Amino acid sequence: MKHPEKNVIFGLYDDEEILKSAVIKANEDHLRIMDVYTPFAVHGLDPLLDLKESRIHIGGFVYGLTGTLTAFLGMTWIHTRDWPQIYGGKPYWAILSFVPITFELTVLFASIGMVVTFYIINGQGPGVMNPILHPSITDDKFCIAFETGGLENSEVDKLRNFFNNTGASLVETKTI
Amino acid sequence: MGSGPTSPIREPLVQGHKTYHQITEDLCSPTERAPSRAWTMAFIVALSALTFGVICILITIWVGIGTWRLNRTIGWGWDITNFVWWIGIGHAGTLISAILLLFRQKWRTGVNRAAEAMTIFAVICAALFPAIHVGRIWVTFFFFPYPNTRGPVWPNFNSPLLWDLFAISTYFTVSLLFWYTGLVPDFATVRDRAKGLRKKLYNVLSFGWTGAAKHWQRHEALSLVLAGIATPLVLSVHTIVSFDFATSVIPGWHTTIFPPYFVAGAIFSGFAMVLTLMIITRKVLNLQEYITIGHIESMNKIILVTGTIVGVAYLTELFIAWYSGYVYEQFAFFNRALGPYWWAYFGMMTCNVLSPQIFWSKKIRRNVTMTFLMSIFVNIGMWFERFVIIATTLARDYLPSSWSFYVPSIVEVGIFIGTLGIFFTFYLIFVRIAPVVAIAEIKHILKSSGDQYVNSNATTTYQQVESGNMEFEIAGHDAHAGHDHH
Repeated sequence: MKHPEKNVIFGLYDDEEILKSAVIKANEDHLRIMDVYTPFAVHGLDPLLDLKESRIHIGGFVYGLTGTLTAFLGMTWIHTRDWPQIYGGKPYWAILSFVPITFELTVLFASIGMVVTFYIINGQGPGVMNPILHPSITDDKFCIAFETGGLENSEVDKLRNFFNNTGASLVETKTI
Repeated sequence: MGSGPTSPIREPLVQGHKTYHQITEDLCSPTERAPSRAWTMAFIVALSALTFGVICILITIWVGIGTWRLNRTIGWGWDITNFVWWIGIGHAGTLISAILLLFRQKWRTGVNRAAEAMTIFAVICAALFPAIHVGRIWVTFFFFPYPNTRGPVWPNFNSPLLWDLFAISTYFTVSLLFWYTGLVPDFATVRDRAKGLRKKLYNVLSFGWTGAAKHWQRHEALSLVLAGIATPLVLSVHTIVSFDFATSVIPGWHTTIFPPYFVAGAIFSGFAMVLTLMIITRKVLNLQEYITIGHIESMNKIILVTGTIVGVAYLTELFIAWYSGYVYEQFAFFNRALGPYWWAYFGMMTCNVLSPQIFWSKKIRRNVTMTFLMSIFVNIGMWFERFVIIATTLARDYLPSSWSFYVPSIVEVGIFIGTLGIFFTFYLIFVRIAPVVAIAEIKHILKSSGDQYVNSNATTTYQQVESGNMEFEIAGHDAHAGHDHH
């Protein structure tokens, strides 16, 4: 995937608590954060960034239901219409013995569906090259990035000041 | 604190006053340095075992399963014993990663990655046996229901053997997805430290992970839901394996206690194998500060509990056989304990029920050597359990004229050795490619479980970290309140 180029300014922080207070400060100053990158899931960050709860579990339910219906209706059709046979003197439509496979396919469809959805909406996948702002972000640094495309120099300086005032250990600009 | 409330009593899960960067260094470095001599030796041994196994499998396929010493009475021998044994071993990984995630047991973070890898490799070993024991491996695709040109020919969906196929395929797929999704951020960490070709390779493996806040949020949501549905899945898999036996009409097999008893046994043997592997891994890769004595003790507690459940199940089986008043059932259990395979029953009882009782002692639970020995005992004991259930029971048929005895052939033993080879070869490759301990998850629990934050001689308390910013404290708590479900 080819992304349109973006000019960004970003700052790295040494600790997630400093990062969170910086995000609060940015909200107070009405600065528009492009994104925040962290080496692990920092709890308490989502509401500060106004991120809504992920709806991936709704997807999981729908995929799971698809699996349930595929298995149950599939077995029903096979054993009552396509190839009815009597096993062990039981009725064709032996609902109880459909339970295990119905359950397994529910789980299977839900898991595969959710994982595939996760990577698609994240824009990730085998061989995808997403721009990396700084190699330390997956190590021990916490990053806030602002887009600078279309901003005047004074506004960029304001962002630079913001980073310096909130305790960023490194401030850089980059085109991604 | 984002990671939930911290108990002052709990012992630290990360020792050595680690910083985030130190964690990255410690956990990535095993994949970055040249393999040690110990690794190379182990790899050669594992690969030789694998090769031997492959030869035996080829002999089986070429000549037919006549090369095994199964007979008309004993139709299942080492093949299904090994199958159930491996499936059982494969249970700890998803248990640790899913059930302990739901129960918010933070100690899972030290061992979940390796345990999940172990699950996947164990399921591969297990799946091999049903595939080859059918005799004609080239028609195993008949198991899979798909619209076909053979007329309306479908597998029998009422058969527990087919349920088993679905259970194991699903379990394998879901475990693989869960494991890999957890690995992606750690592969990104390795990628960002690498150069050249190595960087390219890890870029493919890391799926272009950036660590954006929204991605982490989705990652956590996904992990939680996967854990939620993987939990009943783990329980279902060995339940369905036990149906292979429990729905038959063989005395000693058609008992209603089988599902819970098999599940407890599976967790028991799974944890034993996790301990066997982790005790070696932590020593060789120098991970004692991440897989601590506290981790080992927690796992030993699970071994004690599940071992005792298995013990109660053995005794219940005996009681019910007597209480049923059904002579064939009574004979089946008499034969197991005192028949020609009494030694297998004895080995099972000793290794699985009696020996884990030493873990009532805290001192022994925290003793690495004893734990390692016990884990080997349990592995052996659980193999015997499956052998007792399968071969011993079949050896004495209803008709004394059909009574039989069974000793495996070299080919059967060879295939078992081969699966051990497959398992260890894969595991050894895994420790070279991927961080054995989940890096991002350890960083996540550092401030609630690192020794510099929690124990009595802590150098920094969490309050000190926070007091630098009172403003955050209030805002952060509010924010956290709305976010508790994670």
